[in-house]
Amino acid sequence: MRAAVVTFPGSNCDRDLAEALALHGFAVARVWHKDTDLPAGTDVVGIPGGFSFGDYLRCGAIAARSPVMAAVAAHAARGGHVIGICNGFQVLTEAGLLPGALMRNAGLRFVCRPVRLRVATAASAFTAGWAAGATVTLPVAHHDGNYQADSATLDRLAAEDRIAFTYIDDPNGSARGIAGVLSANRRVLGMMPHPERSADPALGPAEGAALFRALAAAGVSA
Amino acid sequence: MPDSVRPDPAITPALVAAHGLKPDEYDRILAILGRAPTFTELGIFSAMWNEHCSYKSSKRWLRTLHTTGPQVICGPGENAGVVDIGDGLALVFKMESHNHPSYIEPYQGAATGVGGILRDVFTMGARPVAAMNALSFGAPDHPRTRALVAGVVAGIGGYGNAFGVPTVGGEVRFHPAYNGNCLVNAFAAGIARAESIFYSAASGVGMPVVYLGSRTGRDGVGGATMASAEFGADAAEKRPQVQVGDPFTEKRLLEACLELMQTGAVIAIQDMGAAGLTCSAVEMGDKGGLGVRLDLDRVPVREAGMTAYEMMLSESQERMLMVLRPEKEAEARAVFDKWDLDFAIVGHTIPEDRFVVMHGNRTVADLPLSKLSSEAPEYDRPWIETPPAPPLAPVPAADPIDALRALIGSPNYAHKAWVWEQYDSQVGADTLRVPGAGAGIVRVHGTRKALAFTADVTPRYVAANPFEGGKQAVAEARRNLVAAATRPLAATDNLNFGNPEKPAIMGQLVGAIRGIGAACRALDFPIVSGNVSLYNETEGRAILPTPTIGGVGLAEDLGELIGTCPEPGDAAVLIGGTGAHLGCSALLWEMWARSDGDAPPVDLAAERRHGDFVLAQRGLMRACTDLSDGGLALAAFEMAAGAGMGVELAPEDLPALFGEDQARYLAACADPVPLLAAAAAAGVPATVVGRFGGDRVRLGRSAAPLAELDALWRGAFAAAVG
Repeated sequence: MRAAVVTFPGSNCDRDLAEALALHGFAVARVWHKDTDLPAGTDVVGIPGGFSFGDYLRCGAIAARSPVMAAVAAHAARGGHVIGICNGFQVLTEAGLLPGALMRNAGLRFVCRPVRLRVATAASAFTAGWAAGATVTLPVAHHDGNYQADSATLDRLAAEDRIAFTYIDDPNGSARGIAGVLSANRRVLGMMPHPERSADPALGPAEGAALFRALAAAGVSA
Repeated sequence: MPDSVRPDPAITPALVAAHGLKPDEYDRILAILGRAPTFTELGIFSAMWNEHCSYKSSKRWLRTLHTTGPQVICGPGENAGVVDIGDGLALVFKMESHNHPSYIEPYQGAATGVGGILRDVFTMGARPVAAMNALSFGAPDHPRTRALVAGVVAGIGGYGNAFGVPTVGGEVRFHPAYNGNCLVNAFAAGIARAESIFYSAASGVGMPVVYLGSRTGRDGVGGATMASAEFGADAAEKRPQVQVGDPFTEKRLLEACLELMQTGAVIAIQDMGAAGLTCSAVEMGDKGGLGVRLDLDRVPVREAGMTAYEMMLSESQERMLMVLRPEKEAEARAVFDKWDLDFAIVGHTIPEDRFVVMHGNRTVADLPLSKLSSEAPEYDRPWIETPPAPPLAPVPAADPIDALRALIGSPNYAHKAWVWEQYDSQVGADTLRVPGAGAGIVRVHGTRKALAFTADVTPRYVAANPFEGGKQAVAEARRNLVAAATRPLAATDNLNFGNPEKPAIMGQLVGAIRGIGAACRALDFPIVSGNVSLYNETEGRAILPTPTIGGVGLAEDLGELIGTCPEPGDAAVLIGGTGAHLGCSALLWEMWARSDGDAPPVDLAAERRHGDFVLAQRGLMRACTDLSDGGLALAAFEMAAGAGMGVELAPEDLPALFGEDQARYLAACADPVPLLAAAAAAGVPATVVGRFGGDRVRLGRSAAPLAELDALWRGAFAAAVG
């Protein structure tokens, strides 16, 4: 299983994501945002959290136009798996790989705390380790995690079972409490909570490990 | 040329005074030079000789501190202190104030305070792994307080979160003495390989001096001089002296510097902090016994038409100065190109003891470099011993639960999630304990080691008794590390005081430093870095003396740590004796707005003995906390409510519940018998004072539902200042 984690200038969860993937059996390559190709044989691309390009202009907007994103889009178009966490989720929406947008938190402040989530679907390589409807606690840490889309899009996401996670304790005002969404082919996941910070049993309950375990077990390939 | 557009002003007594230089200090400059300084030279002297850079009022006393030990790799005098944490790793850390800028422009002032301390750490080759901040604000109902709290907290988060360092601890207090002068003390720690620490001493003649990072603008010109003066009513007019932070650039600067250091290209490196280019160039030359020649025409600038004076005094952020191995220039340049940062050779080292600054083919400064620091004024300022505190007046009777309500309903002792949820406490995926329960803890990346961090001081005590207050700050920091079962390693001090030209204020500084020194020596807890912030006064009113101590502790294996959560049914064991001391207590202040009586005395031998006992018997405790402000009652409540349960304590009198006697801990044990036996054997007082669990909080014969007290505790901060 091969994963590639992208680093943009300002990414700061790139190492954490790479190590969480490695801990669960992935061979992880680190990719610079100016690279134009992904390493041959990449199965999963990780777009990490952080403040790519300082969150200047709009969160994720500049990173979405980095050279590597064309390769990420091509990987997704081939049916490859992509996970974007926090700023990575913002990048994926700005790149058009996922619908919707992440707005400023409703409380207008940065929020870092553990939140309870509902796993809204088990039907993806990312969420197959949980039963649909299961409750999981993961940390969030963001200023712009308020997921919004027009109601037709939200209806379609719900109808197609593409809402991956919803908040039980909503920290940011997201539409329908959405914390993570899937692409139409269910192989691109964007989520605001940080499973990679909850993946190592040495640090605590490691409830996020289920995501990486499931992804590794799925034997996903592009 | 810019200088022809804007001619230098004539050097008049008024101009000299405006630079914060006293007439005798100016006479000293004339004697060194044998001529009048140029305008740029006057600016350089003012930057080097102000209190902030020269420590001229405090140096004599700082020398008395305990700064050595087998664990110390580098003590005070470099960008940060360095201690050995074993297995070839070193911890680099320091705390520094950004008080005046934060009062004027809270968001940027606090943000750039965080940026500055992070740079101090990574300049030495360490990757930052933890941050803390110690904040002191005016009365909650003072008209500026709410905006200052919001701005400072957002600024700290805005910078640290984007940079990507977890903020794992700190403290927040409110007192009217800070109404006109808030304190923002920022701490950062980083980890490096012990054999690859980078220092600021230049070596080699003719070596290129390289400028890295952001471009130079006019922001912050004269900032260090501002930080060395009292505020008048015109404080807001000083806004242009506050710098603007860019954490995105700082993050790239971090990555570029660490990458560059790997290549072996760096001979010496110094961040540009206070008085920017001036201080950094002089520091590198002085430490290396070399001269420096700078060509300002090569300095990357943000705007055209900047004068030499402005360039030398600019405090634009996210800049570094480095002495480079010339054969590595291309490699170094490539690293900085990759991270889209400026890289310019702006000068070189010279054999003579001169600091030569060229601009537009003119020599704008030519000074004897070593004299800028070696000849800096140093004062033995007159001081008077702080008079003994008035005896404690009778303390009225009060219901203990009402007293607890007064504490937990005050923003001083309320739950501070409103603050620390705005900080990313987990980036790096090594955080073992987030803020809110004693010391913050992070794992040493890639190992089983853990590091604990705490910041402590009780300004009420220091005001009443600087010597005991200074001791207490050190002792409390150490207790917080011990309560987590980490071995205290070393500390950094951030000394915030009023105007040292006033003998009473100087007396506070002297007393506190003596107390800190005594405690650090007795507890084998050396001070390895620090910062002094004086002139914290507005319109002649000084802050409470606030010598913040930042402490670090080490656990060899994270499995050895003691937690903070009791289980229902656990016994509450008080270690260190029954409380009796109510002088200067939180109870007095929060219940009756009183601060009479003396500070609690600190028995350093008992501190050491009780701390060693907790470390040795950590396996017998499920949870542990130190006792400090608010005594037994507040410690037990915080421990219980933090774990979502009630607690019952048997003592019913106020001194036993709220006394702030030192050298004490509260432990939670499923079975207290082994711990009590060990205590008896060690000669350490220990007794079961109650039990955790249930849905009520009972203090003696008075009780209230946990739900009610918990809601008060968790809501009080936002209600007061949110």
